[in-house]
Amino acid sequence: MADPMKIRANVVGDSTEVKVLMNHEMETGQRKDAQGKTVPAWFIQNVTATWNGKTVLNAQWGPAVSKNPFLAFKFKGGAKGEKVQIVWVDNRGDKRTDEATIA
Amino acid sequence: MDARRREVLKTGGGVSLLALVAAAGWLKPGDALAQGAAWNKAAFETHSLDETMKAFGGSAPAQSKDIAFVSTPDIAENGAVVPVGVSSSIPKTESIAILVEKNPNMLAAVFDIPAGTDPAVSTRIKMGQSSNVYALVKADGKYYVASKEIKVTLGGCGG
Amino acid sequence: MALQSGRVAVAALVVAAAGVAFGQGSTVDEIAKYREALQDGNPAELWEARGEEMWTAPRGPRKVAFTQCDLGLGPGVVKGAYAHLPRYFKDADRVQDLESRLVWCMVNQQGVAPADATKVTFGDGAARRSDLEALTAYVTGQSRGVKMDVALDHPKTREMYAMGEKMFYYRGGTHDFSCATCHGADALRIRLQDLPNLTTLEGAQKAYTTWPAYRVSQGELRTFEWRLYDCFRQQRFPELAYDSDTAIALTTFLARNANGAAFAGPAIKR
Repeated sequence: MADPMKIRANVVGDSTEVKVLMNHEMETGQRKDAQGKTVPAWFIQNVTATWNGKTVLNAQWGPAVSKNPFLAFKFKGGAKGEKVQIVWVDNRGDKRTDEATIA
Repeated sequence: MDARRREVLKTGGGVSLLALVAAAGWLKPGDALAQGAAWNKAAFETHSLDETMKAFGGSAPAQSKDIAFVSTPDIAENGAVVPVGVSSSIPKTESIAILVEKNPNMLAAVFDIPAGTDPAVSTRIKMGQSSNVYALVKADGKYYVASKEIKVTLGGCGG
Repeated sequence: MALQSGRVAVAALVVAAAGVAFGQGSTVDEIAKYREALQDGNPAELWEARGEEMWTAPRGPRKVAFTQCDLGLGPGVVKGAYAHLPRYFKDADRVQDLESRLVWCMVNQQGVAPADATKVTFGDGAARRSDLEALTAYVTGQSRGVKMDVALDHPKTREMYAMGEKMFYYRGGTHDFSCATCHGADALRIRLQDLPNLTTLEGAQKAYTTWPAYRVSQGELRTFEWRLYDCFRQQRFPELAYDSDTAIALTTFLARNANGAAFAGPAIKR
């Protein structure tokens, strides 16, 4: 399984601000390696964020999202100690789930 | 997650884990991830705004001043990482998509905004060359668009 | 006087190229905005997290963890250690920078073969990861905000500093470059890249305290030894060996010259 994400979730007023860093090569399928062979496309296709079982963000990504993707968004609600969970699935079917405690 | 659990999950592998979890009935029928994750392949292979709109099943978007690029510089030192932030003040915003006109495939990302989530997202995208970047917003079933030119000093697709 | 004119010629070429570019003021501002926008989420943290995990795990044939490794402030003490490196280590009887020290602990405490310890110094994607980069990210991150304080309290450290200074001004390679060719004067630039003047306090501090860094153009976390290695490559010098006296000498010179500045790494750069 892939390496863990870095998730920061902080209360800002009546909302929760979430910032995520994901570990992923996000290969476009355009690049050639040192031997001249095309490196196959390998990228996160779906990202889902939930809080208290509620989906707070759903995303579909293509390989044009940068390597080691960064994502930031905000949703109403959330209190210190509650959890935000992020799941990503890539085009190989690999998956990664991580959780953060709202601070 | 402690090291032992990570080891177990690692050996389990991505796809088989999903199968196990689905078989255990932990994923609800409507869960996109259980169904192999909905991914609009056609939309990610388009080369024009028109083609993209077709893939989304929508009509031509209207220009809107209520879509703002936030913390998005005019020049990127390296096209491999271009910070793009989009904020929509159009009521009932349901989704925000980011497109790069001159990329091999225009659509970079699309974000579904459930009720309660701010219609604003920040991420980083690759740009192969200097190009217009479009922020496409779907609100109350209708499409809107704003654009910004971003100059790139070194292409970010092929290295 | 051939030396002097050569240096001026290169400088003139570099500065002239800068003038040709677009509206100076706004370009510089926009690039500053780009660099600022990058600060928000630094993928270097992913390397720091990996390194932190590695630090406490038993490694090598002897199954010893880095918690036994003395970075100068006592075995396993990581907080603030980087700000005092390079320094002389009695057990190795050698002045070592962080990366050399990590290799030393791997070989002498964990029992790892020297060739294995430096098998992957600079990573290349998911398939070719460098433990040294992750460990460096973690250790340096623990000196964030700590004032640089490299002491020349040992004759060998002083010797290394002197050697590093000599190296900085040493012209060689096919292009007759020295470090000073690019980093020895103000307002020098290669294409759109401003070159720090490492012979001034401000330049030296700004440069040294922002390595290691996540290099966006590499998609990797790059360390100070990598920076020196890449400079040598760009100067058309022979390949700089990892953990070599040359690398350590230059690092000692440049780190000491940054004394007084708060360490700001791991940073993020283009």
